[in-house]
Amino acid sequence: MTDAVHEDPVFGTDAQLTPVPLGFEPLAPGDVVPEGGEAGTSGGIGIQILRVFVENKLAVAGLVVVVSMVLFCFVGPFVYHTNQTNQQALLLTLHAITNGAPGAGRPLGTDGTGFDILGRLMYGGQTSLTVGFASAGVATLVGVSYGALSGFFGGWLDAVMMRLVDVLLSIPVIFLLIALVTIFQHVSATLLIGVIAFVSWLIPARLIRGETLSLRTREYVQAVRVAGGSRRRIVGRHIVPNAVGTIVVFATFQVADSILLLAALGFLGFGVPAPLTDWGTMLSNGSDAAGNGWWWQIYPAGLCIVLVVIAFNFIGDALRDALEVRLQRR
Amino acid sequence: MSGFLLRRLVQAVVVVAGVVLIVFLLSQVIPGGECKAVLGPKATLVNCARFNRLNGFNQPVLVQFAKFLKGLVWPIWHPNLGYSYKFNEGVTQVIAQRLPRTLVLVGTATTLSLLIAVPLGIIQVVRRNHPTDYTLTGLSFLLYAMPPFLLGTLLIIWTSFDLGWFPSQPPSGVSAWAVFTDPRAFVLPLVTLCGITIASFSRYMRSSMMDALAEDYVRTARAKGASQRRVLYGHALRNALIPILTLIGLSFPAIVSGAVITETVFNYPGMGLLTVYAAGNSDIPLVLGTTLVATVATVVGSLVADVLYALADPRIRFGSL
Repeated sequence: MTDAVHEDPVFGTDAQLTPVPLGFEPLAPGDVVPEGGEAGTSGGIGIQILRVFVENKLAVAGLVVVVSMVLFCFVGPFVYHTNQTNQQALLLTLHAITNGAPGAGRPLGTDGTGFDILGRLMYGGQTSLTVGFASAGVATLVGVSYGALSGFFGGWLDAVMMRLVDVLLSIPVIFLLIALVTIFQHVSATLLIGVIAFVSWLIPARLIRGETLSLRTREYVQAVRVAGGSRRRIVGRHIVPNAVGTIVVFATFQVADSILLLAALGFLGFGVPAPLTDWGTMLSNGSDAAGNGWWWQIYPAGLCIVLVVIAFNFIGDALRDALEVRLQRR
Repeated sequence: MSGFLLRRLVQAVVVVAGVVLIVFLLSQVIPGGECKAVLGPKATLVNCARFNRLNGFNQPVLVQFAKFLKGLVWPIWHPNLGYSYKFNEGVTQVIAQRLPRTLVLVGTATTLSLLIAVPLGIIQVVRRNHPTDYTLTGLSFLLYAMPPFLLGTLLIIWTSFDLGWFPSQPPSGVSAWAVFTDPRAFVLPLVTLCGITIASFSRYMRSSMMDALAEDYVRTARAKGASQRRVLYGHALRNALIPILTLIGLSFPAIVSGAVITETVFNYPGMGLLTVYAAGNSDIPLVLGTTLVATVATVVGSLVADVLYALADPRIRFGSL
């Protein structure tokens, strides 16, 4: 709970405190220096970041997985038509069969209602990915603004604002999520985005506050202040852009965490209501009948969750390395 | 040292006070009020008014908060957390029955994770950049990305249904000690909960040990001719273990969260399962009660870890921090 210690020391988002990112040794500085030139002369900073990122094969693999998953969920339904919403119509069709094993016409079988699993993975993935991206976005936005303001103003306001973060962080996430979902009753994708964002903005708030505290004493910030720049300008144009590395890395990891949180909620029975679904809810429904050996109701959904989460973690790790390089080049 | 502990204690008290306030505020923002949640969305105005009057929900917010606080702290050995509509019993009584089960699960899992993760981390450092290190790294990455509900489900399918090694149901019996009378049934919940912590603990142990090995005192020890064994276990390990204590304190919220999911997967009658059940039945006082109790348990756990940290770190013990 002390500010000096960040929250997730192992897979955390704080570049300085995680000496060895999982699965990677830190890049030697020589790795990225353009041949025969001074750093920054061949290509802009963006090119360099891109180069370090592309050199990391795991990250590229992660990016490929994420892109194909997005295509699978959002474009897939246009290619592979299935009925995922209307149970009545489904039961009237000849092929409808509940808990059907994979076979002709249903590559991954059907679930307990008769919905096609492959189509359902796409349909549920839309919810999982949308909620994951949106809640990570909202959490980052709120957390960054909160942390930047807290760190910039300092003093008692900072103390009060950070105690609030301490308090919320000490509530185990799942309990807080369940309490919020129970209080607001009617679960929808929008509510889930809000609820997951509500438990996720705390870490970036803390990270950015720390960064702001160190940035605001830098000479260029002092210079803006002396030149008469407004506080708003200092925070918006100088402090936040300089913390962008931390922000981007956090947001990437947060997408993975949000997808996991949504899956956990879905598994506990607080996912989006039927006929909507998400990967966690699918897994939950499948594992209710785990004793029947209907593996196709469990493994595909589980695999989707794990694949996407690992992919985002790879991307996050690589971004951290790449952006650290950017900082070294300064 | 007393300065550090005092500051830490004050911090814990502030956090608990803050959580109490937040839990109270949460009970105030229920759309339509607690009445609609308990009596159903179609409850009439008259019935709601009567319900609110009976339960004191028609009083000013501050009065309600004062009552809530008084119930919590007096008498302190019997805090009043409200009334569970589903169980028709005081929230405190309902939680008191389930809390020991969760404490046994979380406590055993944390201890076991440490006993496994610390040697794992050391092995990875000793065999750094060897296949062993890569294998363990890959494994911990997989475990880390594996959500506990998936791990639990897979364990049930593989070891319980397919192989028949362990029962898929929790130890029978209500008392906290039932797990020790039927240890086989306790294995799967324990493994599931450990799975999520061992991955991160061993990774942290690895980097903590690497940091320690880069310190000046290790070089000094090597220069004096200490053996690799002595350097590793006599100098590096003892220092590398100190940050692990902080990690335990920081991990408690996540472990308690993991316990909720583990309990749900295995139908283990602890506080997590209770919370999920209460939430499914819109028993808001019970949900808020378990949230408060879980948080206080977490804060106390972190406090204990920090006290141990203070005892273990000579810089704090002798008062230079």
